[in-house]
Amino acid sequence: MKSCYHCGEACKSDALMYDQKDFCCHGCKTVYEILSSNDLDYYYALDERPGISPKTQLGKFDFLNSEEIVEKLLEFKSAEVCIVNLLIPEIHCSSCIWVLENLSKLHPGIKNSQVNFPEKTLRIHFSAEKITFLQLVELLCKLGYEPYISLSDSDKKERNIDRSLIYKLSVAGFAFGNIMFLSFPEYFEVKEFWLDQFKYVFRWLMFAFSLPVVFYSASTYFISAFKGLKSGILNIDVPIALGITVLFLRSSFEVVFDLGTGFFDSLSGLVFFLLLGRFFQQKTYSYLSFERDYKSYFPIGVTRINHPNTQNQNEEQVEVYKLRKGDKILIRNNELIPVDARLMEGEALIDYSFVTGEAVPVSIQKGEKIYAGGKQTAGLLQVEVLKPVEQSYLTQLWNNEVFDKNFKGSFQDLTNKISGYFTKAILSISILATIVWYFIDPSMIPQVFTAVLIIACPCALALAAPFTLGNLLRIFGQHKFYLKEAKIIEKMANIDAVVFDKTGTLTSTKKNKITYEGDLLTEEEKSLLNSTLRASNHPLSRSLYEILEQNDIRTLDSFTEEVGKGMEAFANQNSIKIGAFTYVTKLNKWKQAQLNQTAVHISTNDHYKGRYILKNEYREDIGHLFKTLEKSKQLFVLSGDNDGERKSLEKLLPLTTKMSFNQKPQDKLQFIKKLQEEGRSVMMIGDGLNDAGALKQSDVGVVISENINVFSPACDAILDASVFSKISQFFSLANSGHRIIKFSFLLSLFYNLIGLGFAVTGHLSPIVAAILMPLSSISIVAFTTVSSQFSAKRIMRQTSKSQNKYKT
Amino acid sequence: MNIIYVLLSISVVVALVFFIAFIISVKRGQYDDTYTPSVRMLFEDEIIESKEKSKITDK
Repeated sequence: MKSCYHCGEACKSDALMYDQKDFCCHGCKTVYEILSSNDLDYYYALDERPGISPKTQLGKFDFLNSEEIVEKLLEFKSAEVCIVNLLIPEIHCSSCIWVLENLSKLHPGIKNSQVNFPEKTLRIHFSAEKITFLQLVELLCKLGYEPYISLSDSDKKERNIDRSLIYKLSVAGFAFGNIMFLSFPEYFEVKEFWLDQFKYVFRWLMFAFSLPVVFYSASTYFISAFKGLKSGILNIDVPIALGITVLFLRSSFEVVFDLGTGFFDSLSGLVFFLLLGRFFQQKTYSYLSFERDYKSYFPIGVTRINHPNTQNQNEEQVEVYKLRKGDKILIRNNELIPVDARLMEGEALIDYSFVTGEAVPVSIQKGEKIYAGGKQTAGLLQVEVLKPVEQSYLTQLWNNEVFDKNFKGSFQDLTNKISGYFTKAILSISILATIVWYFIDPSMIPQVFTAVLIIACPCALALAAPFTLGNLLRIFGQHKFYLKEAKIIEKMANIDAVVFDKTGTLTSTKKNKITYEGDLLTEEEKSLLNSTLRASNHPLSRSLYEILEQNDIRTLDSFTEEVGKGMEAFANQNSIKIGAFTYVTKLNKWKQAQLNQTAVHISTNDHYKGRYILKNEYREDIGHLFKTLEKSKQLFVLSGDNDGERKSLEKLLPLTTKMSFNQKPQDKLQFIKKLQEEGRSVMMIGDGLNDAGALKQSDVGVVISENINVFSPACDAILDASVFSKISQFFSLANSGHRIIKFSFLLSLFYNLIGLGFAVTGHLSPIVAAILMPLSSISIVAFTTVSSQFSAKRIMRQTSKSQNKYKT
Repeated sequence: MNIIYVLLSISVVVALVFFIAFIISVKRGQYDDTYTPSVRMLFEDEIIESKEKSKITDK
């Protein structure tokens, strides 16, 4: 089999030859022609068959004719130059980078273009006089790099990247390094002439370096401690802020009154390590977004028909936001319907997979309602707007108050739980030591009191969670489970109820199982069936056709297709009807119970033969997964569909699983809320936009995604569908993370005890602090890293073994 | 031995220069995308080559 020179797809019978190369379609050939005629054939040398077959529908970007819409998309506009930043999901290899950065060779109007590969964006400078934005986008489409333009681009905010943590970290690191050098000579306490003479310079320099560390780098801790105290919580930042303050005050005091070197080295080292922990905890997957709402799915503009059925009838490109009730709009093939609408004209076959996860498209009759979020898959439609975009059935969900809140309840993590006790213990120890020293030697009191607070500064304690969780976050990512932030892992360890969406989550959106029920078909009938299915464009026919055995295809004498009902064909005096039950036969015994099935019925020569039933196939191993999870968690299944699948689900899943059907998006949200009010910690696993509310409301919202590059609704984590069966492993990994944190707390308390020993006896010298603090931090980092790696290996291996056992 | 004041101030100034350079480079977004430049720097020669090729064919 030859494969396409451009995209690498297998060439079928309709392959093309051009320039002694094979192409699978005209689109690919055209791209090759454009590139080779502009001396850009190096594209094909860089990577083997790198191309993407261009698939853009003609007229898809017509809305870019509207100045108003273009204005909103451009980042900068002047007479000479315009700048635009486009998201191009197709960017995948170095050839892509190369060709997109050489766009200027294809059109003189393009000045320069720059790819950001991790974010899959292309930034283009172009001259609006020489090339319009529409032409630019069409040029990209012609090359197969179709930009993704959605409603969310219309309210574009300034790109605001928060880099303050990097600044703070670099300031602390810079000061730490320099202070270390400056304090080094005094570590040895050699009584030496030169050292004595210059030590004042060194000390004051250290003091100067420590100022930005305390007042800039450590500011986060002061603010957070203040906020915590204000709301009556002793969070981990309280003892940290206390430690930093005491360190700074005592060191400054010592320097000013020439009492000693102070602890500037420990101070800056402490802040540096703490910030490093914060930095490590962040791991962003720049190509994933966890904040998307319906706007990322919806188009920015549509074609409106003004004054329909009059002489002034004309088409206009308008923004989706400007649609009003009663407007007539045009929906092309593969376009998303952005509003609730009534079908006026055309053949509607709506794919709601974005919304519900249901893979089989629904056919809709004239006059019926089409809900926003559906995608037309069978040609041109004319619809009448029933509600503006913000008020449609689906988008109303976003008016719910959960979407206003930025935080989810008040989750108290392990570190902050412990720090309350810790702070109280430290304060009482320091007071106790003060009282004891009052009787021994009152002059030592200030020294001991401050030493306790300094050495007890919970640096190692504060590092335990960030490094463990940061590590696990990366390990999860390697196993295709992408978390929004490290905190989610701790929340996962607390989950005691898991709610699954059915369609698209428990079932696969890709695979359909087709079974036949009824009288066996003869060879003659089979071949007639095949030939008829082949002629139809209905998605059900197409998927059926692909599955059936291919026997000899014949030419049909006649073929008629009735929209939304079925089709009829004649060949060799035989007739066949394929489609809905009422269409293929006049019998009336169709049982009510079976109405819920998606089925294709067949009759030949007006005699009912049987039906092909399409069922969504459940993902592999869900029985096993549920059984494992059942041990520690209450499981629920929520479905927006009717309960036609209840029986087969009951067979598959453990008995304790509770199921609810006919759940609207709002109901799902309320369901989660009710569970939480019962005191449960809930994880929601869903996929479509209809789960968005439940995902947001739940403690941990996980989205299943067949393709990570396709957008998923706002959530806390994205799970690649291929690792769906590993959910229980992720849970046990999160639990072991919890254990590791507890162990490292013990370890750091041990260090604190040693330090306290020095402190209460009045022996805490700067060099002891300078050794003990980094030592404890580094050993915590080492311990958490090694143990989380180790337990990840153990858990991921162990369960894959037990799964194999289960299979055999 | 008072030279140490000069040395000290020079070393601090040099360190500060590098520090400020780093801050500026972060601010300009040099570290926002650390992958693409690593691919891009391999292209430069190839573009010139293809230009030369086209010149030759023009002649």
